[in-house]
Amino acid sequence: MATAAGTLAHHAESGVWSWLTTVDHKRIGVLYGITAFSFFIWGGVQALLIRTQLAVPNGEVIPATLYNQLFTMHALTMIFLAVMPLGASFSNFLTPLMIGARDVAFPRLNALSFWVFAGGAVILTSSFFFEAPGAGWFNYVPLAGRTYSPGQGIDFYVIGLTVLGLSSLMAALNFAVTIMNMRAPGMTMMRLPVFIWMVLIISFLLILALPPLTVALIELLFDRNYGTNFFNPAEGGDPILWQHLFWIFGHPEVYVLILPAMGIVSEVLPVFSRKPLFGYSAIVFAGMAIAFLGWAVWSHHMFTTGMGAVPRTIFAANTMLIAVPTGVKIFNWLGTMYGGSLRFNTAMSFSVAFIALFTIGGISGVMHASPPVDTQQQDTYFIIAHLHYVLVGGAVTGIFSGIFYWFPKMTGRLLDERLGMTQFWLWFIGVNMTFFPMHYLGLVGMPRRIYTYDNDLGWGFWNMFETVGAFVIAASVLLFVINFFRTMQQEPTASDNPWDAPTLEWATSSPPPEHDFDVIPVVRARDPLWYNRDHNIQAEQPTGEHIHLPPPSYYPLLLAVGVSVLAVGPISHIAFTALGAVIAVYGIWGWALEPTE
Amino acid sequence: MDDTRWARARAQTQRFLPVMALAVVAVLAAACETNLPQSTTVIEGSHNATLWVPYRMVFILAAIVFVAVMALTVIFSITYRERPGRTARQFHGNTRLEIVWTLIPIIIVTLISVPTVNAIVAEAQPIAANALRVDAIGHQWWFEFVYLDEKVTTANELHIPEGREVAFNLKSVDVIHSFWVPQLAGKTDMVPGHVNDIKFTALRARPEPYLGQCAEFCGTSHANMRFRVFVHTEADFAAWLKSAAANGANPASALEKQGQEIFMRSACIGCHTVQGSAAAGKVGPDLTHVGSRTTIGSGILVNTPETLEKWIANSADVKPGSKMPPMAKSDGGALSKEEITAVAAYLSGLK
Amino acid sequence: MAQAVAHAPAHGTNTGIENRKLLMWLFLGSECLFFGSLIATYMVFKFDVIARGVGPFPHDVMINGVLHHGILDIPTTSASTFVLLMSSLTMVFAVYGAQHARPTLMKLSLLATIVLGLVFLGFQVYEFVTFVHEGLTLSTNLFGATFFLLTGFHGTHVGVGVLYLISMLAASMRRNGLGADAGAHVEIAGLYWHFVDIVWIVIFPLLYLMP
Repeated sequence: MATAAGTLAHHAESGVWSWLTTVDHKRIGVLYGITAFSFFIWGGVQALLIRTQLAVPNGEVIPATLYNQLFTMHALTMIFLAVMPLGASFSNFLTPLMIGARDVAFPRLNALSFWVFAGGAVILTSSFFFEAPGAGWFNYVPLAGRTYSPGQGIDFYVIGLTVLGLSSLMAALNFAVTIMNMRAPGMTMMRLPVFIWMVLIISFLLILALPPLTVALIELLFDRNYGTNFFNPAEGGDPILWQHLFWIFGHPEVYVLILPAMGIVSEVLPVFSRKPLFGYSAIVFAGMAIAFLGWAVWSHHMFTTGMGAVPRTIFAANTMLIAVPTGVKIFNWLGTMYGGSLRFNTAMSFSVAFIALFTIGGISGVMHASPPVDTQQQDTYFIIAHLHYVLVGGAVTGIFSGIFYWFPKMTGRLLDERLGMTQFWLWFIGVNMTFFPMHYLGLVGMPRRIYTYDNDLGWGFWNMFETVGAFVIAASVLLFVINFFRTMQQEPTASDNPWDAPTLEWATSSPPPEHDFDVIPVVRARDPLWYNRDHNIQAEQPTGEHIHLPPPSYYPLLLAVGVSVLAVGPISHIAFTALGAVIAVYGIWGWALEPTE
Repeated sequence: MDDTRWARARAQTQRFLPVMALAVVAVLAAACETNLPQSTTVIEGSHNATLWVPYRMVFILAAIVFVAVMALTVIFSITYRERPGRTARQFHGNTRLEIVWTLIPIIIVTLISVPTVNAIVAEAQPIAANALRVDAIGHQWWFEFVYLDEKVTTANELHIPEGREVAFNLKSVDVIHSFWVPQLAGKTDMVPGHVNDIKFTALRARPEPYLGQCAEFCGTSHANMRFRVFVHTEADFAAWLKSAAANGANPASALEKQGQEIFMRSACIGCHTVQGSAAAGKVGPDLTHVGSRTTIGSGILVNTPETLEKWIANSADVKPGSKMPPMAKSDGGALSKEEITAVAAYLSGLK
Repeated sequence: MAQAVAHAPAHGTNTGIENRKLLMWLFLGSECLFFGSLIATYMVFKFDVIARGVGPFPHDVMINGVLHHGILDIPTTSASTFVLLMSSLTMVFAVYGAQHARPTLMKLSLLATIVLGLVFLGFQVYEFVTFVHEGLTLSTNLFGATFFLLTGFHGTHVGVGVLYLISMLAASMRRNGLGADAGAHVEIAGLYWHFVDIVWIVIFPLLYLMP
């Protein structure tokens, strides 16, 4: 299959089948985005139920068991099914475009990552029809063991996370290879857009962080189902081992969630400040430093487990050190705004809000880096405030900025600015209303994960206030959904580069053609399009070269179905494992023999 | 944005300012809550006093950083807003500035780390010779306290003397719990298979108890796993200890007597202990002096004969997931309503 | 994974390392952490069986004056270790054959590697069956749990490697063999195979030799 540019007839197909078999990174990015945003709304509904139960003391809306399942599933949904795949949506759509490539290194593997993610998401979410996991998202043993969680919920957790981890691992490998190997001529590492740097760092974090989680999950699966006693203290096992393995994964995971937003903000701020990013290399190295230090801090989640004085001191010191690169990033973003000509449209507003909100999450993070202080803050609403400022005020705010910024590139349409700004203000107010008082509630002693509290503890007012805030956030998200559907009904009129942005994705049409670029661009500077603009360099003309694109394939979907069916075997019937294995083997067979020319 | 729109926006902002100010004042007024029994910023114990030093310092530094970053963000957002005639200055960075703002967080965390290490060292001091030693044991979902030298066992209500160190061994019989009395001390987990420790001195005796709560998610009724700490003067504490070491009181009325008989021939004794009687179960709370406790159900109900009846009839009604099976016939148990009344009367009499 | 070929020639890779090879290297990096975590679990519980006195024990151990014989059969496992090491040697020949256009050497060496891998797995099955007969299962004690999990996952990796090499051998029997890319294909398979061997070189002394 070798056709001239612009005549890739069979690729222009639409319809469900074309989406099921696509190996186009842009379409896979869209699939990730739509799936993840749906789960974002579902996770939000869970949050509203939680907030409704907590609105008044001794609330009686949600019973204890369901509440425990809701906060567990809220975290799992938001982390693994919403924020991570929203980041994946951007990295899928943008990575080849931003580095000047026609696709990722392994397009079919990319499709497989998505479909395995979908399989894992279905497994995890379907637990609501049987029994949802209810031991918290970090699933501490022995509570999560068979003795104290006899139902199937934890098994869904184990299988769901294993499958999702497999998906993330494949995606991470793919993107690391793509970014290291497939950059356009002249796109050196120190000319990479910051967003791409963050994708690369995330990929390495996932490649190295997922295996400890997988091992922990396997050990738990064996404990629950095959008679081992890894985490059973009665037989010599150790519940603390789970915590170590989980947090060796869990802390890098936090950076997996926040780094895409940092990358997005680093792209958006320069464009709407009309000046280059301040301290590009400082921001890149700070990102690396955060990722590197992120490996040496996991035990700060365990300061109250009875660790000795020496490890507490070491982990406290490492944790505090992370404040340094984080601070550097924040100051550089402010430096980017300094002296600029700031255009406050929705994308920019979200990015500036990101700086403010993420800073709050960063500051509170330094506060409980001190172990003695942490003994008062650990497992209270202060932590809930901290993590939501990082993940909602940080990650999701950054993601909204990215959506408004790249929407014209993805769809050829500009989202409505008036609705967008209204959404922004509702979001900003709602996030602060919901999460800021949580700092206070934590300091006055409200533990996390309680479905009820007494009237005489003095927590009633701010809980009600937060619940109102949560509904303001919901209104903001609803406005976005309205904006999305209204915009999609309009004609695609966006120009190639509506923001006069400097990165390569804006050099091609909006939306980009199947093959991304008619001619692979040549990169001459860090902000290539601004350099070309300022030096009057015209884009290269198509030479009529033949463009090779991989044809669509249904084997990734088939293999993903096989893997998912295989995975549910241990929690249902062994026949599923056998059936899944047969499908998977057939999928691999067909995959290997499928012609790719 | 042109000048007239600027002016209009400013006028609108000015009109809304008083309204917003009023709203803020109203919210603050409504939020003014003085009774905060689990506040971590009320210092009533030595552990809390030690950690208060870094605690206060991180708050002050955090406030400074917060104000500085927010101020810069707002000032830049206003000053460099796009307007006619404004062009962005083109520059890529500044090494001197980078060094300065790398140093700022380094200085801040160095400042925090000094009192942090001091507090960690202070926590690691050996136990005082005259310390009161208590085993605190977590159960789903209640706390058991065993006074090691005095052979006294109680549940969910801890009594300690003022001004004397109390050293706890923290244990768990099932899942991970966390021992936390915010006004006295920070939390430490109770991990099955491990023995953790925490020690603190309560600074003063007071009539109302200090509230504690399990802080590590431990299952269905995690939210209902609470306890109380009563701090007495040494003399009062000695008196309490003496009464707590005594055997369970004898029934004082016919009803209590009947209750005792029912208790002793029912499933109750399989799980509960009443010192000096045939009841020697170890699964549930020691009931030798249950009548003297202010609350039942690990701090969720005021202790009266009526709430005891409710609890005995079907404890899971008031405490979801409670491990104590329902006793009322109507809920599948073995006791009639009258029998439950008698048992509750007996237990209330166990002062 | 062959689709990389479809557009890689358009502009070579930036690092100079072929995409699939880089993928394998990164994947093996991930695998290091996987086995690292399993080995860490083993090390955490290494002395627990002795402390709790619940046999069977891995090595000879004296508890309360009673000598308990270790269950690990070091001579037999040394033999299987030797077999696995030899398979790495034959794998080197296979890669050499593939890269130097000597298909017969490549095929014979692949076959030898597969056979040696299967012999190693045979040893492992024999060992597992013997242990179960002697009363060591997943649930006996933490030595059983960590031993079976660690060596079991290593064995699974050897098994996957054998299947990988079999499919490669089968493909090389086609009319045009493994195609122009044979050298790269076999080299990447070799990377995986050597990695699995190296993991065993770590596991063997840790489990079998260190008391």
